[in-house]
Parts: sequence; C-alpha cells; structure tokens
Amino acid sequence: MKHTISVLVENEFGVLPRVSGLFSGRGFNIDSLSVAPTLDPTISRMTIVTSGDDRILEQVSKQLNKLIDVIKVIDFTEQDYVEREMVMVKVAAEAESRAEVLRIVDIFRAKVVDVTPRSYTVEATGTPEKLNALVELLRPLGLKELVRSGPIVLGRGAKAWKSAE
Amino acid sequence: MKKTGSQILLECLRLEGVETVFGYPGGTVINIYDDLMDSPINHILNRHEQAAVHAADAYARVTGEVGVAIATSGPGATNTVTGIATAYMDSIPMVIISGQVPTPLIGNDAFQEADMVGITRPVTKHNYLVRDVKDLARIIKQAFYIARTGRPGPVLVDLPKDVQMDSAIFEYPETVELRGYKPTVSANPRQLKKAVQMILAARKPVIYVGGGATLSDMSDDLLEFAELIQAPVTTTLMGMSSFPQTHPLSVGMLGMHGTFYANMAVTESDLLIALGARFDDRVTGKIATFAPHAKIIHVDIDPTSIKKNVRVDLPLVGMLQDVLFVIEKLRELTDDDAIVTTEVGQHQMWTAQFFDFIQPRTFVTSGGLGTMGFGLPAALGAQAAFPERQVIDISGDGSFQMNSQELATLVQYRLPVKIVILNNNFLGMVRQWQQLFFDKRYSQTCMELPIDFVKLAEAYGATGFSVSKPEEVEEMIRKGLETPGPVIMEFKVAREENVLPMVPAGAGLNEMVLV
Ligand SMILES: Cc1ncc(C[n+]2csc(CCOP(=O)(O)OP(=O)(O)O)c2C)c(N)n1
Repeated sequence: MKHTISVLVENEFGVLPRVSGLFSGRGFNIDSLSVAPTLDPTISRMTIVTSGDDRILEQVSKQLNKLIDVIKVIDFTEQDYVEREMVMVKVAAEAESRAEVLRIVDIFRAKVVDVTPRSYTVEATGTPEKLNALVELLRPLGLKELVRSGPIVLGRGAKAWKSAE
Repeated sequence: MKKTGSQILLECLRLEGVETVFGYPGGTVINIYDDLMDSPINHILNRHEQAAVHAADAYARVTGEVGVAIATSGPGATNTVTGIATAYMDSIPMVIISGQVPTPLIGNDAFQEADMVGITRPVTKHNYLVRDVKDLARIIKQAFYIARTGRPGPVLVDLPKDVQMDSAIFEYPETVELRGYKPTVSANPRQLKKAVQMILAARKPVIYVGGGATLSDMSDDLLEFAELIQAPVTTTLMGMSSFPQTHPLSVGMLGMHGTFYANMAVTESDLLIALGARFDDRVTGKIATFAPHAKIIHVDIDPTSIKKNVRVDLPLVGMLQDVLFVIEKLRELTDDDAIVTTEVGQHQMWTAQFFDFIQPRTFVTSGGLGTMGFGLPAALGAQAAFPERQVIDISGDGSFQMNSQELATLVQYRLPVKIVILNNNFLGMVRQWQQLFFDKRYSQTCMELPIDFVKLAEAYGATGFSVSKPEEVEEMIRKGLETPGPVIMEFKVAREENVLPMVPAGAGLNEMVLV
C-alpha cells in the first residue's frame, strides 16, 4: 500500500542519510522524496512516498520518530490532504506534431517553458495521477527527457503544524 | 580562558563524572593523549580497539555509568565497529570518541581516513562529526545525555585533528536542548488500569524479563511484583541477573536453550507480562506457536520494540556431566557478587543454564549481537570498575583466541580477572548444529591445533592451570581463585557435548529437543 509521510527534521548536514537509511536498511524503496526548508529555516520538511506492508511502515515511522534529528513525523495515510507534483518534460515536436503538443498542453493547463525547432519543454503541476495522464498522452509523440519533483502534501483545513508545538 | 579542543573534550568528560576511559592511541588522537597526561582521568591501554570498546561497554554494564572509549582515525576507528554494534544491540550507554583527519582533508581519501559517521550510522543511537571547536562542548553534553536517557545506546563523536587543536572559550552547557528527542515516557493511566485488570483476571500469568529490567535497575520492584502476583519469572539472557535465579518463582531462561519448564510455562500461560524484552527470535522460536493461549502485556521504554515481533521439572543433568560440574563448582566457590562475563557459544549457554545469578548487573554477555571475543575485554572493563570484586570470564577455546591479546592489558594494570576456558577443541556451538542438522559434517569447526593455554598465560606474565580429570576440578578452581593476578583455568571437557535441551531454529517453544 502507498504511504505519504511528512518528516520535519533539523536543517543540518547528515540528516538525509539517517532518514533514508531507515528505509534502505529494511529493503524499502523510497518512491519519491522532496526536501526544502520550512517557515522556520532551521527546520526542513521532507515529503516521502513509499509503498509496502503496513506493519513494517508503522515500524519505520516509529523508528523515524526515534531519530534525534527528527522533530515530527506526519503520516497522511488516514488524513485528508492536498497533494501536488511538478513535471518537466522534453517532447519531440517537429512539423505535424507541434500542434498536437500544444493542444495537449492546453487541455492540461500546462505551460511550454522552452522551445526549439525540434522540441518543446512542457511544465505542469497537479496530482501525480493527472501528471501520469499528461505524460501518457505525450508519449506517442516522442519523449526525450522527463523529470518529476515527487509529490508534496499538506493536511487539509485551517490547522497547521508549528515548530513551537 | 581559551582551551584547545582536546582539553575541552577531557574537561567535558571530567564534568560528566568519567573516571576511567579505554582506548588506543594514534596520529589523529595524539593531542588528546598528550592532554590525558595532565588530566585526572585514568586511561587503560587495551591491545585492540575492539577490546577497548568491549571493556568500556562492560564498565557501563556493571556500574550503570556511561562507558567511554577512544580510538584513532581509519583502522583504529573501524576496529571499534564490532564493539559499537555489540553495545547497540544490548542498549548499553557509551560514548566513543574517534579521531578524524583534519577537516580540510575529509572526503579526500586522506591517509587513515574512514567515514565513521557513515559507517556507524546503523549501529549507534546517534553520532556526530564535530566541525567547529565551538560546538564541541555542546556536542559532548548531548552525546552523554542521549547515551544514558531513554533506551540507552552508544553515541559516536568523530573529532577531526584540527578541531582538537583549535581553541575556544570553554563553557559547559547546563542543559541540553534537543527538540527532536523526548526520552521520558510515562505510561498512560488508562492502559495501566487495563493491565491491572488483565493481571487480576489471569489464572496462569508468567513474567518474562529482558535486559531492560537490568538497565533500568528495577530488580527490587520485579521481585516484589512477582511475589505479589505469585507468577513464575522467566528471563532472557540479558535479563538473567535481574531476578535471583535461586528464587522459588524463577523458572530460568526461556527460548532456544532455555529450560524445559520455562518454555512450557510460556506455552501454557494465559497472560505473558513482558518487561523490557523484545521477543527476539532466539526467544520466541516460531512466532505462530509462541505463547498461543496468552494475552500479552508488553512494557518497554522503546515504542519501536512493541508489536515488532509478536503478536514438571525435567532434570537436565545426565548429559553435560563435566561442564555442569565445573560451572556448579564455580558458583559454589565464588562470591554472590562475583561478576561473570562470557564469550559466545556453548559455554555461554551452559553458564546461563547452570550458574545461578543472584545479584543484578553480575552477568555480562553479548546477547543481541553474539560477539565472540567479547568476554575477556568485558571482564577487564568490569574489573577496572570494581577492582575488589571477583570477575570471571567463562570462555570457549575459540572465542578466547579472538581477543587473547588482552592478557597483556590485564597483567599491565594488575586486573586479577580469572579466565575459565572450557576447552573442547571445537567451535562447539557450530559443531553442535552440524551434528544435529548437518549429518555430523564437521566443516571447519575442529581446532586442529591444541593450544598450550598454560604457556600462553605465562608468556604474558599471568598464571595458568589446566586439568582434564573431574576430580581435580574443585581443587583447581580454589587454587585459581586464590592466585593473585590474572589466571587462566583450562578445563579440558568432553569434546562433543551439546547444549540441551534446545528448540531448533524456526521451531516452536513446545518442540524442544531434549536428548
Ligand atoms: C565474531 C564471531 N564470529 C563467529 C561467530 C559464530 N559462532 C557462534 S558460537 C561459535 C563457536 C564458539 O566456539 P568456542 O568459543 O570454542 O565456544 P564453545 O561453543 O566451544 O563453547 C561461532 C563460531 C560469532 N558468534 N562471533
């Protein structure tokens, strides 16, 4: 089962391998990971997407809590949240396919951020499912290169996590 | 006034109450060693860094203080890894100081550089690379705090040579601020009430005690609790000395080499009260048949231990005549507060089965990692902590040779450890598995070369005795215990004795092999 976890950590060197080590040490793959500082610049927020047995994931999340550098772990499995991811994709776009690319971009409210006579670079944000759909439509036209940010998530509602908690 | 990093380190250790450290010098800790000459802290020079860490580990196990070890960068530091992993598996509070190459050289594959923070990450409770001398005092304060609070464990501080030489104004912080670390937990009162009800309702409760009971110094409470509810008490290897093994409620150790009655008590019980234990696979056997009728109450300081792995007298004598005799005689002839350490193998299990531990923190053994070569340096550390008490390492001929160089340390510091070698000229425990499960194909477990342990002792300036006849055992133990200084007592025992009864790996506790 897929799990999305936010981990708030000290913004210091050496923290990332401690966190990722807990996953790799149990043979768990991290499907995606994004990290950046929070409102409080001494704290970074990681969003980790992983999949696996629920019992083992409960272990991983307890182990994460045990790391000295981890301030808070939020498991979104049983919470309502908003989720967004970004993709940039370089598509072959020559003669007849150029218009088709633009049509798809339009439908997905994506953007073209770089143009050459032989290619477009398209940027889009949305849920991972929406981005999958976009990529699948572009695929037959010839994908040259693709990069995804991995999702970031926030809990729904007015309540927020504060570092002083 | 300004102090250098190495002076700050030693001053911090002193303020933490450290009296004795164990270690081995080298290029990147030479400044620390220089300042040690002017410090009130005692240093014991082991003959191998692994042994220094084991010694500091046992020092912590017998005193309840934080053990401290020092090693130089590169090979010195990598030699500590087995020691650190041993302490980590048994939750022992320790601080290990490793030298590191100067900060500008880190990452350059400099001479004697090893990424110790990377190497020890999975076997430490936490670790640090100190990059600025201004952070040093705070980091040492935190290291000790983390090592001794919550579920204890080893903390490594990697200290580059230039940081040791740089200077800063020394001020030892009074408090520790770690917002991600909240070690104290007290039980939820609702849960406690539920536990009391479960205990009152149980007809066949059994108390199952692990190493956490020793670490939290709760043996008096445990005794009171067991007597109050009149429940049999079974201990793991790590919990053994926290309940008097001679008490009528004691049913001994459970698990693979546990007693028949402990394993049956657990199998038949309707309530298992686990205290500071982690349901190790060597304890539970096949999970599906472990305590099948029992509800389980699990008390542990570490939330990650919980739900991780689980959901009459049959006389044992008859086999094992001679080893049983040696160990029983030892118990008889040693003081109640004698500290016993072991290596890993059959002798370890025999000690657990036949040596009745009475006082807490008197049995020191590598339960979690099972490290051969642990017992001798551990005995050394325990003796350094308690120079007046009897300290005995019960060893096999194989394990003894994994850190036998420590005889030199014992002699040098006049640490009168008594070493008992149950010599079967085999890697006995592995041979036993080969006998029972591999058709007696003894691949690489026979130690072809008989060692003259008496001469070996003498080569180091210690004393050695050896016997092979049962009737000489008692006299030799008396003589060995009376002889001042370190002594090796070699007992040539039956070569193919087995540790029985035993639960084969992967089987249930109700499927013991008895003979
Ligand atoms: C460092 C290390 N290497 C290998 C082992 C595997 N091992 C477990 S018990 C054992 C045999 C120990 O032999 P000995 O010390 O002579 O004791 P005995 O079993 O004969 O009493 C071995 C090799 C281990 N536990 N530790």
